[in-house]
Amino acid sequence: MQVHDCLSWTVTCKRILALDYHLDIYRAIADRTRRVILDELVDRSGQSLFELCSRLTMKHGINSSRQAISQHLDVLEAAGLIRTRREGRSKLHWFVGAPLKAIGERWPISTDDNISNPPEESIPQ
Amino acid sequence: MRIHLSGVVVDDQQKALRFYTETLGFRVKHNIPLGEHSWITLVSEEAPEGTQLVLEPAGHPAVVPFRKALVEDGIPYTAFAVDDVEAEYERLLAMGVRFVQPPTDLGTVVTAVFDDTCGNLIQIMEEKAQP
Repeated sequence: MQVHDCLSWTVTCKRILALDYHLDIYRAIADRTRRVILDELVDRSGQSLFELCSRLTMKHGINSSRQAISQHLDVLEAAGLIRTRREGRSKLHWFVGAPLKAIGERWPISTDDNISNPPEESIPQ
Repeated sequence: MRIHLSGVVVDDQQKALRFYTETLGFRVKHNIPLGEHSWITLVSEEAPEGTQLVLEPAGHPAVVPFRKALVEDGIPYTAFAVDDVEAEYERLLAMGVRFVQPPTDLGTVVTAVFDDTCGNLIQIMEEKAQP
């Protein structure tokens, strides 16, 4: 019984956490290291923590600890921007761009010049 | 002082012996039966008098969680130097070796990581000529 209670409590917490992060993809991409992680996962899908750390250090001079990068990956995963999968006995990471669509939907990029360049008088002083 | 031995812990010494000699191409230096296990060391064809690689049996209980954690995060504990990572990658791939990381240019080095089928990830690396 106790084990069950503890388990459901953990699941609830994870759901709340996931929901919170999911709404906040902005927080996930607000950090430079996390943006570079996404860049590198776009460069090659399906990387291990080791490969990501190697790329961050060697290509970008980001010398954060493996634990710190692992925490960044947790934030990105909770925001739905990466997914993980086991291949053999290794855990690999993939970039998922779908949540970023919400940004474009919230602030559509207009192709109409009149709207992109508003008339002078409409700019508040 | 010189570095004499380095080792990889392997699930099965005989299986590892085949992989490390027939697939990777190392040469047996010592193969001495010691009861259940053997004292097996290998050398590179390119450096027969160089550092020996011991194929260590994975008998100690602490080895299991240690290696599991390394493999989960994709960490190669052992690295071998090659002249051309891309060529070695193609050669090993053709022999059925599974790569966790294909050749990756990291600026000063090119690296790739494969599974040795005996419980370890191994990195091959090529140092690029500096301009």
